[in-house]
Amino acid sequence: MHHTTRRTIRLPLTAGVATVMLGLLGACSSGTADGTETSGTDATYTWWDPYPQHEDSSDWAGRVQACGEEAGVTIERTAYDTTALTNQALLAAQEGTSPDVILLDNPAVSTLADTGMLTTVDELGLDTSAVDENLLAAGVVGGDAYGIPIGANTLALYYNKAVLDAAGVDPATVTDWDALTAALEKVTGAGKKGITFAAIGTEEGSFQFLPWFWGAGADLRELDSPEALAAVELWKGWLDKGYAPNSVISNSQNTTWEEFLTGEYAFAENGTWQVNSAAEAGFETGIIQIPAQDGGGAPAPTGGEFIVAPVQEDAARYEVTRQIVECMTTPEGFVETASTFAYYVPPTAEGQEALLAENPDLEPWVAAVQDAKGRTSDDLGTDYPVISEALWTAVQNALSGAATPQEALETAQADAAAATS
Amino acid sequence: MTTLEARRRGPSATQWAAVGFAAPLLVYLILFYAFPLWRNVDLSVHDYTIRAFVQGNAEFVGFEKYAEVFSSATFPVALWNTAFFTVVSIAFQYVIGLALAVFFRSGFRLSGLLRAMFLVPWLLPLIVSSSTWAWMLSSENGIVNTVLGAFGAPQINWLTSPDTALVAVTVANIWLGIPFNLVILYSGLQNIPGEVYEAASLDGAGPWKQFWSITVPLLRPVSAITLLLGLVYTLKVVDVIWIMTTGGPGNSTTTLAVWSYREAFGTGQPDFSPAAAVGNVLILIALVFGVLHLQLQRRQEVS
Repeated sequence: MHHTTRRTIRLPLTAGVATVMLGLLGACSSGTADGTETSGTDATYTWWDPYPQHEDSSDWAGRVQACGEEAGVTIERTAYDTTALTNQALLAAQEGTSPDVILLDNPAVSTLADTGMLTTVDELGLDTSAVDENLLAAGVVGGDAYGIPIGANTLALYYNKAVLDAAGVDPATVTDWDALTAALEKVTGAGKKGITFAAIGTEEGSFQFLPWFWGAGADLRELDSPEALAAVELWKGWLDKGYAPNSVISNSQNTTWEEFLTGEYAFAENGTWQVNSAAEAGFETGIIQIPAQDGGGAPAPTGGEFIVAPVQEDAARYEVTRQIVECMTTPEGFVETASTFAYYVPPTAEGQEALLAENPDLEPWVAAVQDAKGRTSDDLGTDYPVISEALWTAVQNALSGAATPQEALETAQADAAAATS
Repeated sequence: MTTLEARRRGPSATQWAAVGFAAPLLVYLILFYAFPLWRNVDLSVHDYTIRAFVQGNAEFVGFEKYAEVFSSATFPVALWNTAFFTVVSIAFQYVIGLALAVFFRSGFRLSGLLRAMFLVPWLLPLIVSSSTWAWMLSSENGIVNTVLGAFGAPQINWLTSPDTALVAVTVANIWLGIPFNLVILYSGLQNIPGEVYEAASLDGAGPWKQFWSITVPLLRPVSAITLLLGLVYTLKVVDVIWIMTTGGPGNSTTTLAVWSYREAFGTGQPDFSPAAAVGNVLILIALVFGVLHLQLQRRQEVS
């Protein structure tokens, strides 16, 4: 008896609260939207991104909200860890509860697109003509683009000027593999450490190896080619001679960077995202493009997120989603994103110019991004993750001595071919 | 009210009450045990590519995924690694845990404080202890190599050589598991009456004799459950290995559990079906030992 009375009292109360909230939301959206408000959709749009380091009170969260307000809606933002985000997106798609917008790590775009859970940019009515083709390519599957890069980063070689000076190495002369190995020999001869990179058994390991792999002219469809062997033997040779520490086998990119920050190392392979940290290091640093085997810059893989729109049951939502995406991808938007994320290079020529006007020091990074190559490009798409796993395993086996470089690559090619056929 | 009426209504009310009381448990069991288990089997007998996963139209393939798993070159490696990791971990955890439990039984001054300190590995988040172990065992800057180097030993690549990586992660796991063994065995020791020891020492049994003739036999039921739980916990270890080596270099530290995790979440392309198949193999292994334990226990009760 007691129980039922309480329930009857509570029920109208909740209903009352709900009505008030609805009223508030309604007032909110009708106040800000200038006639673009679509009928029949609720005014909350969901947004997922892989930036848990940016809290709700951060500039980034503020920008996301501002884009929502401009489109006349409230954005509910949820941040996940990068790998968790892909899994969450798959689960949500399975349950039909996909968010409206996802910022997705670029190699995952083709994987998710393959499931049919993403809309193409054409379906959404977005214009991608201004976006650099080499950057957009990572999100193109079967001729259709499934998202727009919100910025791009890539890898280069950071160097410690004091260490190089002491060993008598001029970084400008490091333009091919032989010159680099010679420089490492000089540096270690002078009692310092050579180079550090990340060869960990995850995607990061492949990401770091690819500039050398591509720089030798190797192709991801043929992991056991002589060119691929040359790249593995380059790394293996450095380890054997002590030019690179043995710990690279289990190093993540962060650990690599910490090693470099000790000031002991001449070179570290790392990304655009360390620009701020390098400036604050206790020694003078600089960067050079990763050299290709026979000279010139090697194509480095592009990193960075794409903004994608999962398929919704209610097609009326796309209009607002399009406005939100457009708001994030204006030239000013790109530059703002670039500075929020420690120098994310804008993917359009206009955005790059604007960034360089603000910060001319980033010129080498903009050049590196223009030369960079998407991992899922060359129509690799969903084959890439499989090939990548075989590749990082081969690198690990070769560097740790579990197999010779030749054996390791042959096994990798067999595994990759079996898994992609 | 007649007695007849009361009798007719009585049982049904009790039955309803019984169902009512059992319902939460049943719902819980179905939601959190039966469903995940069924789902895992379901995943492993279908070909869940990511496309099929999202669209829900995976093709039924029977035991094809199991055949794939068993014929994979990774399988024998993972099986051996699992056996080594589990057996060596449990053996050392148990022996050291028991030694410490016996040591603390004598209750000397500050023994309580010391015992509490031995629980630290258990209290630390795994990410912290695993990362710390990884740093300590680092090839160039690790404290372990620095100490060994001071005695003139050459650099040992604990985590990055295929010869030592498995030993290194096993050592870390042993350290993590000691508190669990210590706590359970210590409480088991508390249940052995002190008079038994007194009588034994009056009869002239030394500490060694007392240990083998009193402690070990009387502790047998507790030991059995400790070892069984240890086995189940160790079989499914992913975090320690993943944080320290991600199963590498190559497949050197890939156990069945790590393999399953890697297939499902470790690459850019989730492969849920083989991952679930490996997971089910693990469940079967644990189940075999569980049944074995029940059998042993029954035989003990009978005798």
